[in-house]
Amino acid sequence: MSQNNALFTYTLRLADDLLILSQRLGEWCGHGPILEEDIALTNRALDHLGEARNLLTYAGQVEGKGRSEDNLAYLRMERQFTNVKLMEQPNGDYAHTMVRSFLFDAYHLPLMQALLKSSDEQLAAIAGKAVKEATYHLRASSEWIIRFGDGTEESHQRAQTALDDLWTYTGELFEIDPVLEEMTKAGIAPDITAIKESWSKTVDQVLAEATLKRPADAFMMTGGRKGLHSEHMGFILAEMQHVTRAYPGVEW
Amino acid sequence: MITQHRILELLDYVKDPEIPAINVLELGVVRSVEVEESGKAIITITPTYTGCPAMDVMAADIKKELLEAGVPEVEVKMTLSPAWTTDWITEEGKRKLKEYGIAPPEKSADIRALKGEQPVVQCPQCNSKNTVMLSLFGSTACKALWKCQDCLEPFDQFKCL
Repeated sequence: MSQNNALFTYTLRLADDLLILSQRLGEWCGHGPILEEDIALTNRALDHLGEARNLLTYAGQVEGKGRSEDNLAYLRMERQFTNVKLMEQPNGDYAHTMVRSFLFDAYHLPLMQALLKSSDEQLAAIAGKAVKEATYHLRASSEWIIRFGDGTEESHQRAQTALDDLWTYTGELFEIDPVLEEMTKAGIAPDITAIKESWSKTVDQVLAEATLKRPADAFMMTGGRKGLHSEHMGFILAEMQHVTRAYPGVEW
Repeated sequence: MITQHRILELLDYVKDPEIPAINVLELGVVRSVEVEESGKAIITITPTYTGCPAMDVMAADIKKELLEAGVPEVEVKMTLSPAWTTDWITEEGKRKLKEYGIAPPEKSADIRALKGEQPVVQCPQCNSKNTVMLSLFGSTACKALWKCQDCLEPFDQFKCL
């Protein structure tokens, strides 16, 4: 694989995680438990989408085949999406939504902090914008995890269930494959084991304060980076892509 | 031929579409203004928040304003680096925000901001510092929702980034 191909794939992975999570969070629009949270979730979705747009645009430039951000978001098939499966998991109850975001935020922030030093200038510039928002997101989701965990018996139970349900999807965030190895060697991607340590520390701190139990690492889901997704993915894409598919070339 | 000075004067009229109290210069998003020999103007702007939908509108508004004023050709470029921070909002911009009812952002080098602590935010209506955050996220990507404990009015705060 040429370095250009690897950079395209790596950038696309970063973008797809954010795009699919953004799409999921957007489903809450108009359904939030309280007005402030409805607004908070869509704000969060918007931040993720903005970052995804920057990354998709850049991925298209790196690829050099003239594919635009819209082209990459709306005209790829399920097997061509490289997001981790965690992002496509259903919203469930509010605990599931928040735990999913918390597990991602705790990974996203150190990743963006490290990407500031990437040898790839454009990725570093995108991270420069994203890092401040990522700090904000982690703060907001951590506060909810603590409130749920250290709240009522019911909220504690729901947060623990969400954590137990979603834990199996966390391994994928830290998978190492030839693409990542090549990017790390080139100084473009940071050392993922350092990101995992930072993630693990944040998770432990917040869960301790939330009086929640960290699930044991058992079987970890895999496949998302290779385009092998859960049964939910097709439905997400159907909703996300149907306007462009029905009206080819439409823009707004 | 139109001068850089004239273009800056014209940009004074281009407002932030979501906060029409301040213009793009006061918001600090205009990074550079160049005029080529052909008379073509190149305006470089930097996005405030990554996903801010106002950026596309701002770019279109800048184009419209300049074209209507007789600039033959206008190009609006986006640059991500260096990343925009709320420190780039001018003092005048901050004053106008407050007048409009939005608490302006504190300095990002403020010790509380650096430590990630909650800032002390003054109520834009009654100036009381006895205020409380209701939600980290507000009506637009750039704002948080606060409430004044003295005058009891809710208000938006421009997040410090």
